[in-house]
Amino acid sequence: MSEIRLGVLALQGAFREHINMLERIGVEAVEVRRAEQLDDLDGLIIPGGESTSMGLVAERWGLVEPLRQWVHMGRPTWGTCAGMILLAEQATGQKQGGQALIGGLDVTVNRNYFGRQVDSFEADLDAPALGETPVHAVFIRAPAITAIADDVEVLTTVPGWGNNHEAVIAAVRKGPILATAFHPELTDDLRWHRYFAQIVRENMQRAD
Amino acid sequence: MSETNGHQRGGQVERGTFAVKAGLAQMLKGGVIMDVVTAEQARIAEEAGACAVMALERVPADIRQDGGVARMSDPRLIKEIMEAVTIPVMAKVRIGHFVEAQILEALGVDYIDESEVLTPADEAHHINKHNFTIPFVCGCRNLGEALRRIAEGAAMIRTKGEAGTGDVVEAVRHARSVHGAIRRIHTMDADELFTYAKEIQAPYALVKQTAELNRLPVVNFAAGGVATPADAALMMQLGVDGVFVGSGIFKSDDPAKRAHAIVQAVTHYNDPRILAEVSENLGAPMVGINVTELPEAEKMAERGW
Repeated sequence: MSEIRLGVLALQGAFREHINMLERIGVEAVEVRRAEQLDDLDGLIIPGGESTSMGLVAERWGLVEPLRQWVHMGRPTWGTCAGMILLAEQATGQKQGGQALIGGLDVTVNRNYFGRQVDSFEADLDAPALGETPVHAVFIRAPAITAIADDVEVLTTVPGWGNNHEAVIAAVRKGPILATAFHPELTDDLRWHRYFAQIVRENMQRAD
Repeated sequence: MSETNGHQRGGQVERGTFAVKAGLAQMLKGGVIMDVVTAEQARIAEEAGACAVMALERVPADIRQDGGVARMSDPRLIKEIMEAVTIPVMAKVRIGHFVEAQILEALGVDYIDESEVLTPADEAHHINKHNFTIPFVCGCRNLGEALRRIAEGAAMIRTKGEAGTGDVVEAVRHARSVHGAIRRIHTMDADELFTYAKEIQAPYALVKQTAELNRLPVVNFAAGGVATPADAALMMQLGVDGVFVGSGIFKSDDPAKRAHAIVQAVTHYNDPRILAEVSENLGAPMVGINVTELPEAEKMAERGW
């Protein structure tokens, strides 16, 4: 198994929680605040937080374009909650005037699809790619994926939540890009971090 | 209180659990929560990168100046602010005023601040915050006070500081007190922890948990007197997770610019070159009141216990 080094975007939000999880699975993890810190990384996590805050700080220090290039070059990237919004090609329910997106993942997200804090919830969801045991998912003022391109793989849905009681998409993967509407970093379940580390390792082997 | 919603949309889901209450505070970390008194100010705060806003009728500096009884804000104002922005909206209730909290919960605000900035409604009891689906943040001056609030159900803690003064000295005192105490209990043995819990009048289980974690079991922000990017970075370097700025922004000459600068300072709190750059040419900060010149009776931090 190759040694990997992952970055967690540390502009705002729950970046420390992701670093703790990565350390628990024995992966080196560093905080990323400036563009040049992307250079020696094998993968990047964009954490939960407020996507508008993160987007504005990223713009101020010229991080948006390097992050777009990073994703465009096919570097492994995982967005949780706000991070998922930033990775989406389209977002609805944004603040007036819209917000800066990194893009790269051909999906549409709705910013606070699951409602305000009073609607935040926990649920056990099936995620076959991660094993038979359901994953425990914590949704906080969470976004959902409302449309996907054909080549995007759905990993998890919240059953029966849609307007016509259809399942709502909560986690997807497209090649080296992973996106979850919920927060594995707030649970004790290390499988999502192991899954992403595996994506990173596969990507490195492909590059070799 | 957590409620299980059977098959109302989405099958078995649990709302109002401590994990989702404390979890929202975790998402606010590394961010700035700004006091706003109009929807327009809320928009300015959002554009400047605030991770949340605190909706209220008067900022603490004006509450201090006006005197009288300070209460929960008009629900109409809170609703206008909730409609104006996509970031979380917090609002304040008086210490012990659980009906004001019920009203804010009915409005669907994202966080309730049981705040010493308002006039206390109960001189003996804080709100039983376990009874609510909406999470609470509470102020503290020391570890005992922080853990008592957490025992009552607070999912986020902030320093009290001395609101509406623009003087950071009390926030520094409170942050140092909390973090110093945590460093000391981290090295205590079990016998000492029992006695210490008794001395600071905090539940033993929470004292033990804090000692093991070597930090508070919930997110801890600085509040009360933060007025400049340097103040915000000072509090971050002292170990808090984020910063509330009350009167400091909209009582200054150029609120949008100052708000933006404080947001940058909280992300880059360890980078003095960036701090220098964002501190430049911000116009005059709020005038401020020197806390040492403040009569004891006017100190808001003394409210609550």
